[in-house]
Amino acid sequence: MAVPVPAAARAAAVGGLAGFWRQFRRHRTGVFGLAVVVVLVLVAVFAPWLAPTDPFTTSRAALQPPGTPGHLLGTDHLGRDVLSGVIWGARVSLIVGLAAAFTATVIGILVGAVAGYFGGWADELLMRVTELFQIIPRFVLALIVVAFFGSGLVNLILVIGILSWPQTARLVRSQFLRHRTLPYVDGARVVGMRAWRIIFVEILPNVLAPVIVVASLDIAQAILLEASLGFFGLGDPNLRSWGGMLNTAQQYVRIAWWMSIFPGLAISLAVLGFNLVGDGLNEATDPRLREGA
Amino acid sequence: MSGARGSKALGAYALERLLNAVPLVLGVIVVNFLLVSLAPGDPVTALIGEYPAPPDYVERVRAQYGLDAALPERLLRYLGSVVRGDLGFSFANRQPVATLVIERLGRTLLLMLTTVVFATAVGIVLGVWAARRPHSAVDRGATGFALAGYSIPEFWLGQILILVFAVGLGWLPAGGFRSIRADYAGWAAVVDQVRHMVLPMLALSFRYMAITTRLTRASLLEVMNADYILASRARGLSERRVLWEHGLRAAALPIITVIGYNFGFIVAGSALVETVFGWPGVGRLMYDSIFTRDYPVLLGILLLVSVSVILVNLLTDVAYALFDPRVRY
Amino acid sequence: MSGRRGAAARGAHPGVPGGAGNRGVGEPEGVAARATDVPLGATPVLELRDVVTEIRGVRGLVRPVDGVSLTVRAGQVVGLVGESGSGKSMTAFSVMRLFPTKAARVTGGEILLRGGDGRVRDLRTLGPDALRAVRGREIGMIFQDPASYLNPVLTVGRQLEQQLQAHGLGQGADARIAELLTDVGLSPEVARRYAHELSGGQCQRVGIASALACRPALVVADEPTTALDVTIQAQVLRLLARLQRDQGVALLLITHDLGVVAEVCDHVYVMYAGRIVEEGPVEDLFARPRHPYTQGLLAGVLDLLEPKPIRVSIEGSVPDLVRPPSGCRFHPRCPHAMPICEREAPPLLPRDEGAALGHSACWLHDPGVVGAGVTVEPGREDGP
Ligand SMILES: Nc1ncnc2c1ncn2[C@@H]1O[C@H](COP(=O)(O)OP(=O)(O)OP(=O)(O)O)[C@@H](O)[C@H]1O
Ligand code: SF4
Ligand SMILES: [Mg+2]
Repeated sequence: MAVPVPAAARAAAVGGLAGFWRQFRRHRTGVFGLAVVVVLVLVAVFAPWLAPTDPFTTSRAALQPPGTPGHLLGTDHLGRDVLSGVIWGARVSLIVGLAAAFTATVIGILVGAVAGYFGGWADELLMRVTELFQIIPRFVLALIVVAFFGSGLVNLILVIGILSWPQTARLVRSQFLRHRTLPYVDGARVVGMRAWRIIFVEILPNVLAPVIVVASLDIAQAILLEASLGFFGLGDPNLRSWGGMLNTAQQYVRIAWWMSIFPGLAISLAVLGFNLVGDGLNEATDPRLREGA
Repeated sequence: MSGARGSKALGAYALERLLNAVPLVLGVIVVNFLLVSLAPGDPVTALIGEYPAPPDYVERVRAQYGLDAALPERLLRYLGSVVRGDLGFSFANRQPVATLVIERLGRTLLLMLTTVVFATAVGIVLGVWAARRPHSAVDRGATGFALAGYSIPEFWLGQILILVFAVGLGWLPAGGFRSIRADYAGWAAVVDQVRHMVLPMLALSFRYMAITTRLTRASLLEVMNADYILASRARGLSERRVLWEHGLRAAALPIITVIGYNFGFIVAGSALVETVFGWPGVGRLMYDSIFTRDYPVLLGILLLVSVSVILVNLLTDVAYALFDPRVRY
Repeated sequence: MSGRRGAAARGAHPGVPGGAGNRGVGEPEGVAARATDVPLGATPVLELRDVVTEIRGVRGLVRPVDGVSLTVRAGQVVGLVGESGSGKSMTAFSVMRLFPTKAARVTGGEILLRGGDGRVRDLRTLGPDALRAVRGREIGMIFQDPASYLNPVLTVGRQLEQQLQAHGLGQGADARIAELLTDVGLSPEVARRYAHELSGGQCQRVGIASALACRPALVVADEPTTALDVTIQAQVLRLLARLQRDQGVALLLITHDLGVVAEVCDHVYVMYAGRIVEEGPVEDLFARPRHPYTQGLLAGVLDLLEPKPIRVSIEGSVPDLVRPPSGCRFHPRCPHAMPICEREAPPLLPRDEGAALGHSACWLHDPGVVGAGVTVEPGREDGP
């Protein structure tokens, strides 16, 4: 690169992945979160092999408690295996979480970069829209959109993603506002680089660290939102999801505690995992915190 | 420059915030309108719900909202009816949406307000406790609690609370607003009401307690390093007064902000918790409306809730200004 | 007292950067007048004896105050000068055992304070409550950056009131606050203001009011005018000097400004890298500095405001107090350094027969090290 890059970014690059891992490793909770996430991913990937039965297969053994032969975590009111449901549910949660957070991050970056780099009326307008999206309660809006347009997996992803970008946009905007006046950006402009190139090739890599932190927290929020919709009966009807399992469990709380305990634990752990990873990333990438440590 | 200046200028500041909120309210209305217009199938469904309605009623709605007219005209008509306070009509309930919601609003507000008060108080105490000895066992406990509270879905927590305290221990009722069969009066009725409220409030509180704890701890740790804290110690103030009169006062600002800005999440949380506990509030109405496909109710609630979030944010800004003399108004 | 009044009046233009170094030195009439100011034998209000303060930092243990002894007598103004990072602020904080960081602690020595009742106590062994009762009542503290030492969300009056209440003086606080604010040249109406509504000078006047609020025996002022506009510095300093004289309070004044020392102080301590290197009555010390560091300062060869890094042969980096130079800490920069200087720290030796004119810590004054008759005149050396 001909144009000088700010020292912080260069230092980060020099530290590299190994240096970053050394920073991340110091935060025990972050490492724990990462372990949870890794387990979650493994379970989701190998669900067909891990699950004892198909999650939809009903049997006459309804409402069996945990420990029943063949049903480690018991069965629900239709005799479906709870463990298999929890295992397959990991897939749904993970896919929705990752894809929705990705969607939100892409939108957030685009909105934030344009607003922050160009400023002026574009900034004004985009920030108003961002504010609007931040104010409308996500859960209620998602509920209505899903009720209107159907609760298929793709719909869920799109709805959650489209409702979750404001935080990323604000963050990216503030970073771009700061970077656009730095000498290396001026340099790029002087040599006649096009705006989109400056935005994506020059500035964006330098502001990505905090964006990734927010993205991992977004995954946690997306999983939570999907589960909430599922609990309201608005999950993908063709998939067994943790939220959906809790929806059915609601009627059986008094007689079948295992129907709520296990899916709920799974949600909590998955959300906790991504939250902890986000916290750990934050502390490992924040230069202010790094010096002190 | 003091006292009298305060109230007068604060009024101007509040007015300015209010004017700022107007485009947001308009935006919310437009979003609602777009939802109606973009809904798949006949837009009239969104205004009536998928409830079998007589054809002449359908025609009336079509005419009222000008559904055959061009989009801009439809928007204007929609705006007009909203401004008049008409949030639509729930054909399924045979009641105007506004009436339906207002009927239940009190119960939801009761739940939300007690939650906010309780969660904030507990969260502040825990946060202070943690911040006094950073990295101690107490601190780690409080931080761990905050992380858990931030990750556990409130509707699941509600089920667990029912399992433990209602089904297992039998201490508290599992749901409902008050005992229907027993005809309590006076003090007994109040006790009965409170007993029904404890579990939903706890379920809803957890997350806000967690947020408040974390935030109180963080901002207190930061504030307690400020120069003026050192100065107040140098003046001979006791640690107690330094903490409560200087530390917490400054830490209160971010706490106010977070309570205000999280209002939208409390609304969503209360919808979920009301559903778990059969609490007959606005949230439960939302849940029921999904199954009856009563769209006007959902849209009406969205509009109402969004506007109240804007109002609460506005109040938050004003409260912030009241608390922090540095805010220029 | 007339001399001091003259000094305060002349303080109209102290602290002009650059030229500050030598002003006031060798003004015979000032020197003569001040010598009679405070009897040398006046009762000590504060006596530090071999005080050691340690900071447990991330990079290791630091001793910003390393065996400092210092006396402030009743009614005296004592200056403490030294380069940035020499430990002046840490010495000031050590007096009340109150530090900006939790990592700092007084680990050695005695801090003897003579209270209003005439009793002498060692603050080093005082419990938290007794110490709290001393802070703000027996000792007032004035900080460098006045605005940041006031709570932005409490009124000035409320903060003064808190202090009075903390020491059981809550009754009639309003009247006392009005009196205090008037004393420091502010309108009593300022009590209802917030820090952001006041100028830096006004904030520091409030700081002075707070330091004097409970009629303490001692005020410790850590660079009270450094953060202010140059034009305001003189006013605030003059005010401080006048109040000090009127109320007969002892003042430990930390400053970068040798001109201020010459004009306001009776006695001066020169600090270098955590230690006192020279001390004595201002007029004599300024007229005949004996320590090479003091000589460098007075000759303008060394500058308090822009200390040059000590040349450390091995690393070439500025040494901080994590690994201070061995022996005499000044030896890497000293034009007279001798072999012994590197090995052994020099003791504080009397500057004259009978030590009426203070002490200086330099091997040059030890007849056993150098032949008698070797004296270093100020201005002779050519700097580091
Ligand atoms: N918060 C801290 N953590 C670690 N070390 C510190 C801290 N504050 C000060 N020190 C150490 O104490 C030494 C003395 O600092 P001090 O603030 O007393 O210097 P000073 O003489 O007041 O300088 P200045 O003129 O800049 O105010 C510093 O050199 C530094 O090594
Ligand atoms: S002791 Fe030695 S090095 Fe230190 S000041 Fe004296 S001559 Fe210089
Ligand atoms: Mg200092």
